[in-house]
Amino acid sequence: MIAALIFVISVAALLQFFVLHCRSILAYTRRVELSDRVREVAGIAAANVAASDFDRIVELVRLCPERGDDRKEIRVVGTYYSLLDFLGRITRSVTPKIAAWTENERRSCSYFAAVALDRRISYSRDLFTQQVADRL
Amino acid sequence: MLGSYIDRVIWLAGFLLEIYVVVYSLYKKSFLRNIAINFYMLCEAAVTCGLYFCMRRYGQNSPTYGYYYYYTDRLLTILMFWVIIRFYQQVFSEMQVSKYVRQAAVMLLLATAFFSYAVVHENRGHLTGRFIIEFGQNLYFVGVVLTYLLWGTILKLRETRARLVQLVLALGVYFSAAAGSYAIGNLFPHLYLPFLRFLLPVLGLWLPLAWAYTFTRVPEDARLATASLVARAR
Repeated sequence: MIAALIFVISVAALLQFFVLHCRSILAYTRRVELSDRVREVAGIAAANVAASDFDRIVELVRLCPERGDDRKEIRVVGTYYSLLDFLGRITRSVTPKIAAWTENERRSCSYFAAVALDRRISYSRDLFTQQVADRL
Repeated sequence: MLGSYIDRVIWLAGFLLEIYVVVYSLYKKSFLRNIAINFYMLCEAAVTCGLYFCMRRYGQNSPTYGYYYYYTDRLLTILMFWVIIRFYQQVFSEMQVSKYVRQAAVMLLLATAFFSYAVVHENRGHLTGRFIIEFGQNLYFVGVVLTYLLWGTILKLRETRARLVQLVLALGVYFSAAAGSYAIGNLFPHLYLPFLRFLLPVLGLWLPLAWAYTFTRVPEDARLATASLVARAR
């Protein structure tokens, strides 16, 4: 009985801490403005990034040379996005309020991915410029 | 535990991350400021090394290895309470109540030690199997409660230090995942080998990974509105 109670409380706490941890990672990127370059590359026309763009943008991120310092956060946010996607699917018809919240959160994840793509593009350009300079 | 190739990779990655956290703190000259975390990481690295030598000398299935694994894990969990207490002191630093936090901490450690002694004394005839899982579950659950109270305090006092917030949240994930895993092991003992055997080492990797990330990526002076995190999460 006590073990079952501890299990339920721990799972509830785990979900809450995990969501908050992911949100604290996402909070930084919300303040970052996306460059025109990344909007062009990722085909983002609207002011906001669509929630469903996450997978496509992450694919683009993977095509760029790795910076080495953003792998962990991309993985954590990817897990968070999958969790939200699953939650959104099962609550869409039952509780639209939660579904709307998951949609908003997934949009934040997509925005995060776009910021990561922007950083990696800048990094690739820096690498290329450095290589050209070295050859000269 | 550390037998297979995957276990060895997890062990090595954990060890390297623990050392990284300590070396990074030394490099940034913040070793003493984060003394509790660094000391915990050093102890965790030392325990991992001991575990490796224990496995080499006595074998992975020996009782010596089993006792070493579980007793050091429990000691590290108790040491982790010191890390939480340091977090409390940081949160309350501006309120000049560190004397009371210290007193509460001493009381808590004494209570934990007494409770642990009482449980071990009561079960001294069978210090294996179910008892070990139940004891781990209880200790980790105390960690969950303490971290949850700490998070409540952070929200109440409108703490904005982003690094502190992320360190605490990562700790919360670790404690709740570990308590939940031990509770599963306690509820369904037959799941212990196929489930906990792999999950617990992976969970051990989470904390050094999350803390290494936080120290590297989140500047000391970075600020974060914690209230907005919760408001939007509702």
